[in-house]
Amino acid sequence: MEFIILILAGVLFATAIYNLLQKQLLRLVIGSVLLSHGAHLFILTMGELKRGRPPILTDGVENYTDPLPQALILTSIVISFGITSLLLVLAYRTANENETDNMEQLRGNDNE
Amino acid sequence: MIFTVLIPLLIACFIPFISKYKHKIHTGIFVFFVPLAIFLYFLQFIGTGFEPIRHTYNWIPSLGINFDFHLDGLSLLFALLISGIGSLVVLYSIYYLDRSERLGHFYVYLLMFMSAMLGIVLSDNVFVLYTFWELTSISSFLLIGYWHFKEKSRYGALKSMMITIFGGLSMFGGFILLSVITGTTSIQAMIANADIIMDSPYMPLALGFILLGAFTKSAQFPFHIWLPDAMEAPTPVSAYLHSATMVKAGLYLVARFSPVFTGFEWFFIIVSIAGILTLCWGSYMAVRQTDLKAILAFSTISQLGMIMAMLGFGTKAAIFAAMFHILNHATFKGSLFMVAGTVDHETGTRDIRKLGGLATLMPITATLALFGTFSMAGIPLPFLNGFYSKELFFGSSIELQEGATALSSFLVEIIPYLAVLGSIFTFVYSMYFVFGTFWGPKQLDKLPKKPHEAPIGMLIAPGILVLGVVLIGLVPSLINGTFIAHAAEAVYGGEVTQEIYFWHGWSSTAFQMSLAVVGIGAILTVTRTRWSGIYQAFPGKLSANKVYDWLMEKLDTYSSNVTRSYMTGSLRNYMAIILSAIFIVTVTVMLVTGGFTMNFEDLAPVTTIELAVVLVIMAAAVGTIFTNKNVAAILIVGMAGYGIALLFVIYRAPDLALTQLAVETVSVALFLLCFYHLPNLKKRNEPFRTKTTNAIVSIGFGTMVTLIGISAHSSDWFGTISDYFLETSYSLGGGDNVVNVILVDMRGLDTLFEIAVLGIAALAIYTLIKYRSNKGEK
Repeated sequence: MEFIILILAGVLFATAIYNLLQKQLLRLVIGSVLLSHGAHLFILTMGELKRGRPPILTDGVENYTDPLPQALILTSIVISFGITSLLLVLAYRTANENETDNMEQLRGNDNE
Repeated sequence: MIFTVLIPLLIACFIPFISKYKHKIHTGIFVFFVPLAIFLYFLQFIGTGFEPIRHTYNWIPSLGINFDFHLDGLSLLFALLISGIGSLVVLYSIYYLDRSERLGHFYVYLLMFMSAMLGIVLSDNVFVLYTFWELTSISSFLLIGYWHFKEKSRYGALKSMMITIFGGLSMFGGFILLSVITGTTSIQAMIANADIIMDSPYMPLALGFILLGAFTKSAQFPFHIWLPDAMEAPTPVSAYLHSATMVKAGLYLVARFSPVFTGFEWFFIIVSIAGILTLCWGSYMAVRQTDLKAILAFSTISQLGMIMAMLGFGTKAAIFAAMFHILNHATFKGSLFMVAGTVDHETGTRDIRKLGGLATLMPITATLALFGTFSMAGIPLPFLNGFYSKELFFGSSIELQEGATALSSFLVEIIPYLAVLGSIFTFVYSMYFVFGTFWGPKQLDKLPKKPHEAPIGMLIAPGILVLGVVLIGLVPSLINGTFIAHAAEAVYGGEVTQEIYFWHGWSSTAFQMSLAVVGIGAILTVTRTRWSGIYQAFPGKLSANKVYDWLMEKLDTYSSNVTRSYMTGSLRNYMAIILSAIFIVTVTVMLVTGGFTMNFEDLAPVTTIELAVVLVIMAAAVGTIFTNKNVAAILIVGMAGYGIALLFVIYRAPDLALTQLAVETVSVALFLLCFYHLPNLKKRNEPFRTKTTNAIVSIGFGTMVTLIGISAHSSDWFGTISDYFLETSYSLGGGDNVVNVILVDMRGLDTLFEIAVLGIAALAIYTLIKYRSNKGEK
């Protein structure tokens, strides 16, 4: 199963990068969201999958899944959420100010 | 001894305060006493019983970089030249520079230069020497660009900077090699370990680097091009830096290191060829010039070439002659520059075509010029020092035939002829200089000013130098044993005794060469106008300057082209470049180290429900690419997010699933909100253009990630540390939910800063929405 999840992570990475290589701002944001999904799955798979109960201590249970990757992913989800929302608002403001969401038209400035 | 080096720098710090009163007292008067005191200090070391002196002051002892000052004959010769001519130049500049000039700047730069130059010749530590070496380049740059409002000054300053710094850096490389080979930073220790250096395979490299530094500094062919352009500097600077001192730093370097390399035949070949070539080219080109200072610049180049050639010969007689000529050249060339400056000052022009017949109007200047040029030309008169050294030069060039080997035999054959050839042209331009300026028809109407004799103060400095010319000419033995011999011994590494005679008899070959020079030179001088057309044919339009300018221009255009080729400003290109670089490097490393492994043991079983979720997420991810509607894209992203949350549920991560669900919901809401708030946005719902590069990059990257994941999962090196968390979660953390205990207790710091990230993001979003700069008000 781990391999399948890793393939899924690979697919998420590939589609994320394909989106990142596009021109429209919204697609860049979508790309970054998919990228973080891929990364989270990647971290999760690095611990072992389904080798026990959820990591909530219960009497009589010896086997738990690895809690450390979960803690790391939890942190990462929150951070990527912060970044995504900032990116979104930034994209909205950029498009508003420059009246375009085309990255190719947003390049360069007069002082170059 | 350290004080002699540092005092000019210290005084330079006070110059700005003194120069405020320049309208009452010329700043130069204060400065004058600095080099004079240093000169008097060094004068006490002259004498037959001179022994090298050594002083050491710590600077960076851990790196072996210390102020090691070593005063031997060679250093003494240069130190006396620097301080002696330095004081005369300051004296001259008092009368030359008007009080309306920025005197403070001038004397600060000059003193800085003097310090640096004294540092070069006294340092025994190669790295300290290099430090002072670059300081001369910088102060020379400042002095050449003194009249910075002139385009040509800036050009000349930049050019000299580029060329001398280029050489300086290469010399630095040579020094590093030498200190690595010998394990010491002291020059004297390197000389003592010359055999280690000679055996080292890096020796030719070190020699080449050091010679490159010496040749650029001493304006040897083809690096001579900066010197004529440096003539834009005020004349005292040209007299000081570009005739007597800085350009001799390269000679000093070659002389200083010649005991190390003297056994290496290529040292002889390279240095001799460079010197002789420079001698001939410089003197040949000097005849062509029309500007007095340009004539002197090319003359300096050629004389430096002559001294360099003698250092290359490396015989006892040649080194003695080289040391003698360094002194002689400094005296007559310094005086000639001052004469040129005086003529410029009194007539308003330096163009020799406009000058003529000034001898009756400026008799003293004309006399000084006469002595200087005749000495430079090497005319056989017993009161001109230039003749002595030139005859010694001829003598040493003939003597070379005795020790010739097969490799250099051809060179040895032609050197005497080239020496005579160069000297003939030297004679021609010397005569051209003095007679073209001071004799011949008067052309007073062409002059910007009405010429008259210079003020007496302006004549003192060249007068003293000419006095030196005559004095050395009359009694060469005065300085021979006490002074020049010590310098030559320091270079040669053994005892050097050489008597300087005026008369060697008619049969002496060297004397016959001198006579030939005078004879042919006189004929060429008289018929100069008839053959000067040769310059149209050779070199015609050929010039090393063109190469320099071309190089500079091409360097600019090529580098900006290269930058423009990838700095396109397109985010997509940068992304593609970065990702491809990561891909190529990672995959190469993985392939080379055999990093890709696959191990099917220890895998969780596959169930249908998981497979279904995975397929849905995959479909959603791929769907984001192919959807053409923004709303659809947002919803599909949400689908992927909820799919991930489901996976978290399946993989027994309840907290993750919870968070993911919440975050995904808010995210989708945000997406929709933003989409809704983009009224001005042109809805570019165009179909995706399938870009092959994009596909290749993204698929390649995805594959790489998958393979790395599989390899990482297949290679199991260490067990997990999570057992500790599970065991101590309750006993130490007091909680059942291990993930939460890790987040707030075991690794609470992560959480703190994650909260900070959220706070900053919120603040930034607030600012982005609230803050509006008014358009048109930038």
